[in-house]
Amino acid sequence: MIQVDGLTKYYGDHAAIRNLSFRIERGEVIGFLGLNGAGKTTTLKVLGCVLLPTSGRVTIDGFDVVENPHEIRKRIGFLPDTPPLYDEMTVSGYLSFVARLRRVPFADVRARVDEALQLTALVEVRDELVGALSHGYRQRVGVAQALVHRPELLILDEPSGGLDPVQIVEMRGLIKKLKGRHTVLVSSHILPEISQICDRLLVIQEGEIVAQGTEAELAARLGAGGSIEVEVLGAAARALEAVRAIPAVQDAVVLREQDGVVALRLDAPAELRPEVARALVNAGVDLLRIDRGTQKLESIFLKLTQDRTTKEAA
Amino acid sequence: MTAALLIARRELAAYLRTWSGYVIIAAMLLLDGLLFNAFAMGGSSKRSAEVIYQFFYFSSGVTITAAVFLSMRLLAEERQTGTLSLLYSSPVTDAEIVIGKFLSALAFLSILIVLTLYMPLLVLVNGKVSFGHLFAGYLGLLLLGAASVAIGTFGSSLAKNQVLAAILSGVIVVALLVCWMLSSVTDRPFSELFTALALHGKHFQPFGQGIVHVRDVIYYVAVTFVALFAAIRVLEARRWR
Repeated sequence: MIQVDGLTKYYGDHAAIRNLSFRIERGEVIGFLGLNGAGKTTTLKVLGCVLLPTSGRVTIDGFDVVENPHEIRKRIGFLPDTPPLYDEMTVSGYLSFVARLRRVPFADVRARVDEALQLTALVEVRDELVGALSHGYRQRVGVAQALVHRPELLILDEPSGGLDPVQIVEMRGLIKKLKGRHTVLVSSHILPEISQICDRLLVIQEGEIVAQGTEAELAARLGAGGSIEVEVLGAAARALEAVRAIPAVQDAVVLREQDGVVALRLDAPAELRPEVARALVNAGVDLLRIDRGTQKLESIFLKLTQDRTTKEAA
Repeated sequence: MTAALLIARRELAAYLRTWSGYVIIAAMLLLDGLLFNAFAMGGSSKRSAEVIYQFFYFSSGVTITAAVFLSMRLLAEERQTGTLSLLYSSPVTDAEIVIGKFLSALAFLSILIVLTLYMPLLVLVNGKVSFGHLFAGYLGLLLLGAASVAIGTFGSSLAKNQVLAAILSGVIVVALLVCWMLSSVTDRPFSELFTALALHGKHFQPFGQGIVHVRDVIYYVAVTFVALFAAIRVLEARRWR
């Protein structure tokens, strides 16, 4: 679907992205991960045919962004980092305009707008002015305009930017719904959000891809084998003994002990959870909670970015 | 071209739904009316044709000013609010964007031009007005308006915000107007060059007198074309930055 080879973009003398190469297959949901200023927005703008590359080759669906941008524009939906909204229009009026602009046949416009409103849960505000909407709604209208013409590829630049926790969960649910309908490329600097909805991650740092793959692949490559968090009632020693007996568990430590509840962290892949639970129950320990380690991706990300920084300093 | 009309229609609706367009029109109508009452109608008694000539003279200045203020938002506002990305990522050409924007501002300016019609009709009450004269004058206002809106569109394509856009377009328009004055203090061939370039002067006066010269029509169409062409190039260049 997307093939990027040696993509470079300069703003004056400053290279926003350097020699970027990656592939994205049809139907994938790809997370584009990087700190602010890493080059995410620039890359997405090139893919969205808003900016032209300085050098390198970018093809989407076999069409080149320099030679055939119009063919690409018909096939993509793009949400920039600030949703491109006209405040004086109503939500449905705005979506109709965008649908017409993106060459939806006149007879289908109404149906497509209704579909987009339903998908993004905007039906109740369809007649309100865009300018009167709260930030969460505006962001959803931004997503709705990107998908109103049923594009094959959706490019969403920080769709969760500035949303509150409840809205972030809603946005995540919305992107999950889009899986299967579109190929989705979603950028973020928030790790947990992106790891939960994406098939694969591209990590970008200072204009270069520093890692790509599934969450597990990234973890394996960096030697961070993942972790499991366990809470048991009392009996810390017995629990430690039981889990250390499992061959795949590399290490186990007590995180905290409070009111008789002991929290442990195990260096082991998350898939090992049933085995850990069984071992603990068999050893007669009361198991209260078992979960995948929450800091996993965060640590991968920090490791990736720190490795680079130290490499550059050296 | 349908995309250009689509953009023009949306843009015109935006003019009609926000107050700034109405404020500009109201202010310009007031100014035009005051000038008409004080200078065209006032003073020593004169023939109707003379009054109409002066009416077109004042209205042309008002039209230029209104065109600059109406067109300042066209592209600068899109850049300011980030909506230009929507147009850039949609299957429309830069030419369609610029032409759509230009048409909407010209359509809105036409409302102002049509609304000035009450003044020559007032002359009709106590005098004689030739409809040919009115037709020529209004054609001149429309052509002058189109050229000014096109310059405004160009200014708006260059600027990051609306104030800067208005200043840029204003400077270009004033420079073209001043050509008329420069022609009187320079020798040939420069005087002829400045005369030919002047936005108002020699090109508008015949319209005000009820005369349509093909060369004046061509001049205004050419200015419009060049300014829009430049605006399209600016939009294209923005993609390379």
